Amino acid sequence: MTAAAVPSPYGSSRPFVKYQFDTAYDEMFCAPGLPREYYQALHRTLVGLPPEELRKSQQAADLTFLHEGITFTVYGSKEGTERIFPNDLIPRIIPAAEWAKIEKGLTQRVTALNLFLRDIYHEGRILSEGIVPRELIYSCKHFRREMRGLNVPRDIYVSICGTDLVRLPDGNFVVLEDNLRVPSGVSYMLANRKALKRVFPKMFRDYGVSPIDHYPQALLSTLRTLAPENCAYSQDPVTVLLTPGVSNSAYFEHTFLAQQMGIELVEGRDLLVHDNVVYMRTTAGPRRVDVIYRRVDDDFLDPLCFRRDSFLGVPGLFNAYRAGNVSLANAIGTGLADDKAVYAYVPEMIRFYMSEEPILPNVPTYMLTDAAQRQHVLENLEEMVVKAVGESGGYGMLIGPQSTKQQREEFRARILADPRNYIAQPTLALSCAPCLIDGEVESRHIDLRPYILMGEKVTLVPGGLTRVALRKGSLVVNSSQGGGSKDTWVLRAGNAEDRTAQIADDVWKGLAGGPLA
Amino acid sequence: MRAPRNYFGRSMQRDAGMLSRVADSLYWMSRYLERAEQTARLLDVEMQLWLDQSPEAGLGRWKFVLEALRMPAAQGPVDPTRLINMLVFSRTNASSIVSCIATARENLRHVREQCSSEMWEQLNRLYLEVIETWPEESWMLKSHAFFQTVQEGAHLFQGITDGTMSHGEGWQFIQLGRYVERTDALAALLETHFRRVAHPVDQAVESAEYLGWVGLLRACVAFEAYCKAYTAEIRPLRVAEFLLLNPDFPHSVRFSVDRVNAALHIIGELTERREKLPTRIAGRMRAQLSYSQIEEVMADGGHAYLENVRGECAQIHAAIHQIYFDYSIESELAS
Repeated sequence: MTAAAVPSPYGSSRPFVKYQFDTAYDEMFCAPGLPREYYQALHRTLVGLPPEELRKSQQAADLTFLHEGITFTVYGSKEGTERIFPNDLIPRIIPAAEWAKIEKGLTQRVTALNLFLRDIYHEGRILSEGIVPRELIYSCKHFRREMRGLNVPRDIYVSICGTDLVRLPDGNFVVLEDNLRVPSGVSYMLANRKALKRVFPKMFRDYGVSPIDHYPQALLSTLRTLAPENCAYSQDPVTVLLTPGVSNSAYFEHTFLAQQMGIELVEGRDLLVHDNVVYMRTTAGPRRVDVIYRRVDDDFLDPLCFRRDSFLGVPGLFNAYRAGNVSLANAIGTGLADDKAVYAYVPEMIRFYMSEEPILPNVPTYMLTDAAQRQHVLENLEEMVVKAVGESGGYGMLIGPQSTKQQREEFRARILADPRNYIAQPTLALSCAPCLIDGEVESRHIDLRPYILMGEKVTLVPGGLTRVALRKGSLVVNSSQGGGSKDTWVLRAGNAEDRTAQIADDVWKGLAGGPLA
Repeated sequence: MRAPRNYFGRSMQRDAGMLSRVADSLYWMSRYLERAEQTARLLDVEMQLWLDQSPEAGLGRWKFVLEALRMPAAQGPVDPTRLINMLVFSRTNASSIVSCIATARENLRHVREQCSSEMWEQLNRLYLEVIETWPEESWMLKSHAFFQTVQEGAHLFQGITDGTMSHGEGWQFIQLGRYVERTDALAALLETHFRRVAHPVDQAVESAEYLGWVGLLRACVAFEAYCKAYTAEIRPLRVAEFLLLNPDFPHSVRFSVDRVNAALHIIGELTERREKLPTRIAGRMRAQLSYSQIEEVMADGGHAYLENVRGECAQIHAAIHQIYFDYSIESELAS
């Protein structure tokens, strides 16, 4: 974003001195100096607090995170460095009406994605009707031929989904990407909430925030609905969380979720397969395992079937899975549907399988296998975001407006060498929210990752992880790339703030001009 | 079979047994920490004794120190500085104090969610303290402080473990590791000592041997406890009796075997494997120690007896692995 910044209207009034506006949607203000209705109480609190108080609260929260070991590991450094995941104390607020739309949109989306996966791994109707090109599917890195014709419990492929949403300058949410393999970050959502409740207890209660603390329980019941048919105790299947181990970047989350759900945290070497049944090795002898919430990628799950050099997996697991003796969440091969080129077809999937119009739109996506689109992208690289289709975590990305000529040349060469491996999207102005930076409030770009659970029904805990690009002007929110997070408050329906939200939005549009092209 | 359930459908009580990997890590963590503590205490005593002796006699002792620590004999002439470095700091020697503490920490790190955070913090703190560089020139001055740090750190960890962790199966595996290690280390130390000195007799020792016997007691933190039991008159046979057969002193062989036995019994109950091999060996060992007379034990200088103790330790260790950690799945499912 290089739009001219509007100076703060507060003059010297702290802590908003450094707050800047650009063309992006501002979550707190509908116009410079004018907070949206549902942000006013928060705004008053921030202005009323002595600046030292804010800094102190932030330090106290950081310390809690450190002591509780709420950390993630950054790859690439020796022995894996543990860092705390930066938490920002100023909550992001979403009115009930907006959330209701998000909830409906995501439910629709995850339902369609599950139908799509079932179809692809069975009849392939969407392919034979020519809606999704066959070569796109068969050239996908995460397509698993081994899953053809295999029936999974309740036809649920994606039990846990983390979809990334961003808000455009016109105030509408769009879907940036789906994470259908092993989405992470939900522990930070819960930890942020715990910290905020401690720092702003009164404001929290006055606001009427929807609770999220039942997430682990919701996750456990989702996992239980996957119990195999021949499971001896289908009401209470033996459920475990499979982690790659202590050096994985999300290990903290694995231990946290296992603890919260009261299930065993296992590594590949704890499990063994005998006669197509999975057991875990306990001191009291082998105990049969029914459901595995696996946080290990497909590639590493079973060295007999996928990567042979994997020590993280369980030899024979896939055969046990095929035999229907154990369930996996998520199923194998779901990565197919979060391929960033397949993503472009999700609106079509919704129309095809559900005969509905998509509630949450996609970001326009250029397919680089198409000569005309490729040409257009290559000519306008400095305005585009280019992403590798199979990557996640902010790796393998080019952000045009913030790139050097050399980086652009490098990506041009990569695209020409393997166009199927990349897609391009216009650079989006992610919405901005106030964040506490060194004791003062500044504006930073954010996104939103709600977590969707699909069991007997679709469950969303209200909120999600709001990720923050902590570097000034940055559009990359991934934790591995210097991002942080903040608590997300979804207001309970019937709050007075909701009624005024629409009015406030109109005011903002009038003042700031139309959306970005 | 499975435990009763409450009406939420969740087990009110966990199924029997814990993950073998976790039990294994806790067991080894505990063994390594005990080994670090034993080594630190023995070296601390040896450094003190060294000051009281002629240089030649001092050099001769190191051979025995290596033996008492269950390490291979040094090749060629002994250089005390290099030897100390190998026993204390070397990371290539898996049994050096620093290596032991690092391995103990690594074991605990992998099962962090199974222990209390206080335990983890204490072991981590101890690890950070010992990997600090200790300058060679002031080592003689600081060695005592270093060995003290290790012993106190280990004691503190033990106290924190007992005070903050549930005394369930995992805790029992920690006990088991500690006392299996202690039994074996004590037996090795006693055997080396008895071989080095003249046949232990039931009369006060000559002043030439006095220091050695007091050193042995100190290496087992037993000097004061011995004096309380037998007065300060050092009689080798009484020292042997105290360190081998005393039922109440925590660094005696009998006490340690009692603890191994108790831990194995409870684990056997918890995992519904009462009749298994490790419990049987430990029970036999315990019976033998309870009904032994020191005169018969020491008839041949104690070698056969102590070798037997060490052999049974090794058997228990192997049996724990075979029954609890690394069993064959076919045989388990067949039974």
